This record gives sequence, C-alpha cells and structure tokens, in this order.
Amino acid sequence: MLKTTRRNAIGLSAATLAACAAAERAQAQAQTITAADATAPRLPLESGATLRMLRPVRFVQPDEDVFRANCARFTQATGVQVRVDFVGWEDITQQTAVTANTGAGPDLIIGFNESPHVYADKLVELSDVAEYLGKRYGGWLALAQRYGKRHGTNNWIGLPFGSTGGPLVYRKSAVNAAGYERPPEDLPNFLDLCRKLKQAGKPSGFALGNAVGDGNGFANWVVWSHNGFLVNEDGTVGINSRETVAALHYLKELYATFIPGTLSWGDVSNNRAYASNECWLTANGVSLYFALKNDPATRAIAEDTEHMLLPKGLASASPMAGLTLNAMVFKHSRYPNASKALLQFLLEREQMDPWLNANLGYWAHPLANYDASAVWTSDPKVTLFRDTMRSPFWIGYKGPISEASAAANAEYVMVQMCASVASGQATPEAAAREAERRAQRFFRRR
Amino acid sequence: MSVTTAIDWTKRRADRSALARLFDWKPFLVFICLLPAVGLLMTFLTYPLGLGIFLAFTDTTIGRRGVWVGLENFEYLLSDPLWWNAVFYSVFYTAVATVLKFGLGLWLALLLNQHIPFKSLIRAIILLPWIVPTVLSAIAFWWIYDPQFSIISYVFVDVLGWRTTNIDFIGSAWPARFSLIAANVWRGIPFVAISLLAGLQTISPSLYEAALLDGSTAWQRFRFITFPMLLPILAIVMTFSIIFTFTDFQLVYAITRGGPVNSTHLLATLAFQRGIPGGQLGEGAAIAVSMIPFLVVATLFSYFALARRKWQQGEGND
Repeated sequence: MLKTTRRNAIGLSAATLAACAAAERAQAQAQTITAADATAPRLPLESGATLRMLRPVRFVQPDEDVFRANCARFTQATGVQVRVDFVGWEDITQQTAVTANTGAGPDLIIGFNESPHVYADKLVELSDVAEYLGKRYGGWLALAQRYGKRHGTNNWIGLPFGSTGGPLVYRKSAVNAAGYERPPEDLPNFLDLCRKLKQAGKPSGFALGNAVGDGNGFANWVVWSHNGFLVNEDGTVGINSRETVAALHYLKELYATFIPGTLSWGDVSNNRAYASNECWLTANGVSLYFALKNDPATRAIAEDTEHMLLPKGLASASPMAGLTLNAMVFKHSRYPNASKALLQFLLEREQMDPWLNANLGYWAHPLANYDASAVWTSDPKVTLFRDTMRSPFWIGYKGPISEASAAANAEYVMVQMCASVASGQATPEAAAREAERRAQRFFRRR
Repeated sequence: MSVTTAIDWTKRRADRSALARLFDWKPFLVFICLLPAVGLLMTFLTYPLGLGIFLAFTDTTIGRRGVWVGLENFEYLLSDPLWWNAVFYSVFYTAVATVLKFGLGLWLALLLNQHIPFKSLIRAIILLPWIVPTVLSAIAFWWIYDPQFSIISYVFVDVLGWRTTNIDFIGSAWPARFSLIAANVWRGIPFVAISLLAGLQTISPSLYEAALLDGSTAWQRFRFITFPMLLPILAIVMTFSIIFTFTDFQLVYAITRGGPVNSTHLLATLAFQRGIPGGQLGEGAAIAVSMIPFLVVATLFSYFALARRKWQQGEGND
C-alpha cells in the first residue's frame, strides 16, 4: 500500500513538519470536543514506573510522530518513561501471543480485534478507565463495546483506539452515467448498476483472492447483506443456512459483472486497477482516496471519486466490520496503574483529537463525542468514515469474539466459500457445506 | 644409539598422567572432537525438528498451550480435501517441474559444453535466475502474471492485437498451477545446468575420441558415454532438486498465496497458512510432518533408481 521512494520520503518529512504544526493547532481544536464532567478513576502511579508498549506500525508518518509526542507529554506530566515499539501488522499477533504466554515483555500492547479476548485471563481489567471515558465522551460506539467487553459481561478487557473500514469507493461519473445518483442500497438494484457498468466498459471489481482485508471485507458483506452469518450467538457454526445459499446465488450473478481477474486479487490489486481506470467501483479503506489525491497524475480520478457505506441489502445497517486497534494491559506488568493511566491519557481529547487528525481519517474514533473532530470535516469525502465504529457487525458475527473467529478469518473460510462459487468450482450449497466443515474445526471446543 | 633412547622413551610413557592417557584413547578423542558439531546439530536441527514433530501430536494454537491429542490431527487431515489437494499439487508440481528442469537443464548443459565465444561470461549469466533471491523473482513473476498489468497480456492485447482480453494466468486453477510451475522451472534450470555442466567436464575426451574412431553417431555418443558417465551426478542433483521443489514455499506464497480457492497450495504453504496466520500450530506442524514420507520416498527413488551402480561404488567392472 505504502511505497517509499526518495521523493516520497522528502515529501513525507515536509509533511511531518506540517503535521506537527497542525498538531499544535489541533491542540486548540481539541477543545471543540465536548467532554462531560466525570471523576477519573484513582490510579496511584507506582513509584519508579517505566512502561514499554507495542503497537502496529504507522499508516502515515504523522501517526507515529503524534503518537510519540503524546507519550512524551505523558512522561512530562507524570515522570513515567514510556517506550513505544512499532511492530509490523503481520507480526503483532504472534508477539502478543509470546508476551501473553511467557508473562514477560511489554506492559501493554495495542493489538488488533480479538487479541484481548484470546488472552482475557492474562489481562488487567480496564472497566474503571473505560467507564470513565465512556461517561466523559458520550459513550463507546457499538463496535468498540463489542471488542472492548468480555463476551456477555460488562467487564472491559480491551480499550479500542480506532477502527478502519472499507466502504464502497466509486467513480461518480460512471455511476451517474449508468443512471444512478449513487450506488443503491438494495441488492437487485446494486446488481443492475454493476451490470450497467460492465456494459459501459467501466466494470466494478471486488477482491476474491486471499486478501486479508479486502477479501474478507467483501465476503462478509455478501453474506451479512443477506442476513447470513458465520457463527450463531452461542458460538456454534451457523454458516450453512438458507441465507448464505441465497447470498452465494446472488454473488454468482454479481461476479459476472466484475473486471476479470478478481479471483487472484490481493489487498493491493483493486487499488492499482482503480488508479489506472480499469475498475470503477470497488471497496477499500480511505488510503486509496488519499493516494489518488496526493499524486498529480491521478488527481482527476480522486475528484471523481466518492465513498459510500457498503449497501445494506437485507441487513438493517451497512454490513462492514472495521479492523480495530485494541489496547490491553498485561497482568505481568509491574506498573498496571501507570499502564492504565497512559491509555486513559491517550484517549483524552488533548491527545486523541490530534492523533485522529494526524491519521487523516484512517482510524475512526471509538467514543461518540469525537464525531466533532476536525478530521471529519477536513475533506467532505472522508466524512462517512466517521461512523466506522457504529457498525453492529464484527469479525465472527454473531458469535463471541474468540481465537476461532480470528482463525476462520485468517484462513479465508468466507472468502474461499465465495470464490469457489464465483469460479464455478462449487454450487452454493456445496460451498456453504464446505465452509461449515472448515469452520467447525476452528469452533470445535471453545 | 638406540639403546639409551629406547630406555628414556619407555620411562616417559610410564610418567603419563591419567588425563593424557584418556586423551590418547581413540574412542574418547573421537567423542570429544565430535561434541561441538553434535551440540550444534542438536540445538539447531534436532530440537526444532523434534519440537515440530511433537507439536503435530498436540492441538497447540498460537496463544494457547495444547494437549496431547495423538493422531487426531492426522486423522482430520486425511478427511480434509484441502490437504489432499495440497498433496496432489505438491506431487504434481514436483514431478512436472523436475522433468522440465532436467530436460531443459541437460540440454542447456550440453550446449554450454560446446566451444562457444564468451563461454565463461555466458555461463555466469545463465546462473542469474538462481542467484536472484527467490522472493525477488517471485515478485517479478507476480507482476508478469498480474490479471490487469501483465506484460505478456500487454504484448498480446495492446502491441500485437492478437487477443482482446488479458490472459488470466492465476485466476483459475489449472492456469495458475502451470504458471507457478513455469516460474519454478525458470528458477531451477541454472542449478541443474551448471551442476550437470560440471559433470560433463569430468568426462574424459579420450572416450569420445575412441567412439569417433569406432564410427559412432552423436546420439550413440550421448547414449553410451555422456549419459552413463553423468548418472552419478544426475542422481545427486535430482535428489536435491526434488527436495527443494517439494518443499518450495516462497514462489507460491508470494504469487498466489495458495489461491485461487486453495488450488495451488503446496504442503509447505498450507502448513504455514494454517500454523501461523491461522494460528493452528498443531495442525500446521502435522501438515509439515506429513511431508516427510513423501521426501523419503523421493530421495530413495532417486538414490536407488539412479545411483546403485556397482562401478560407482568402486567394486565392479561395469
């Protein structure tokens, strides 16, 4: 996604300076976030506390700069030294596993999605901090509650920091030429739009290859928009249903309208096809839009680009589950209070708002009052990402969040079910049965 | 002259300490000298291998210590079409790629063995595909096979105008399988060619001269001199090649990640996919362990079929 060239790097460092200046301004702006009076939990800092934290690497350079600056301000305010290590996205899950199992290493980790649920019994409960922040900033949004609380309880084991989703990205001109103001919310009309785009030689395209983000996002949408789901509420596998089969029949017709080659698409393929005028409607994070906007060669495409939440179909809300940053504090930490205080500090408006701004909307906030953050009005085309964490869907919907739902996601169970139907290798019924068989393996005793 | 020295000499022998005698004892000395090597092997080879085999009998996941489940993982694999699919493709991939690599590699070696201008430079260039890091060539092939931006599609569609649509290299099962085999063959030929070239150069020219005097044809010289003389090195190179091809990982993982719909998973990529991103360490280890029988059979085959010649063991007059 991010390619670093020399020119880029020079541009970036200039951008970094600009971002730091912007961060100063953002400090002032942070006051526009309303904060109710709430009593912060009493967290007496352990004397001589020092903290070590892991988090996933930045998406844009200002992300890292502002995050480090925020931690430095925590040190200034409390005297607690904080060391932050940025870890590759693919490695953070394994590093979390090692930390949890050996009981040594960083005091706190910002991981992804399900991590706190997998290691729940090795974590410090964060309910006091979470309740305070919820009261102060208008409450936690739906996805944040889902990923933060232990299943079926009100006990917080993770503190979500933000979430990134992949809504529809489309060329306004092409959709308008097909006779639609914007992509329709209902499934038959959406199919009609894709057919017309195909006829016009401006096809749509969604990843059906082994793409962790885009592939799972699309496959989940196909199933969820027909009211199907992978897991029942009690954690048993529920993928082999009438709804799933209907969804796969629909997919077969939809796939016929795609640009050729989507079965081998990885996470970057749709970005490239979209940027070269080969694909006119796809689903992606905000990164695609900014890549187009910042390159003079593709600025015209960016101007013609609009975002829209994935069509609802039969579901009551747009079926999209963002990739969520989820912070956790380990029991083995000698400074649990300092750890909690740091997370609380980072989620306060003076730190959180500049950080959201630095990320240009890539990470959407978990607390309601940050709706007022300047980042959401900085570019009207980014505004809809504001609601990413209002989604009632999550990875492994509708079951408890667990290691198993994460494994089914990483093993592309849903993606491959869809791909096998799209490619004609399996009938919808057979594909649903195969997905059920594979999923049952993951959910067998949890 | 010898009397005095002989007496002195026996005296010294009697003086030797127990330690010195211990070090003079050959079995002990052998043991001591082997110790560093054995230690290194135990630490860096036997332990990981043993751990891998142990994990295959547990249900360990990333994040949770497993319990011993005996053969359960293997029983599941036997009922798992994905595993059978990976077994099929691993064998198919290895067989087809090895035949092609050896056919083309031998041909290339024979050509390189001729007297041609810039011989050493050409030989060096031939090695390039093998020297380039696999991931690098995999990324190059990934672009070559890209559904939208393939250079081959570009040439056929936009330059020559022979086709109207892009070629779908890795979008469906069989084309994807053959595309990966082509990439593997491209990478593997130099190794085979250079190794066989080394073998060719050990064949004494006098054999060819004698054959020429007897009025042999080029085919006869190849069939009755080159080929038999090349067999020992052929056996070794083939054993290596089969092992490397069967356990290939990078090409497949970088180009298709086992897709489309798992049709190009090799056992190695399936083991990684299930063990690390999928988190099912035990099952991933079981898949990796399930490769061992195939490797043993393949190795024995090339050893017995190609290398069991009496004259190679220096006893016969074959």
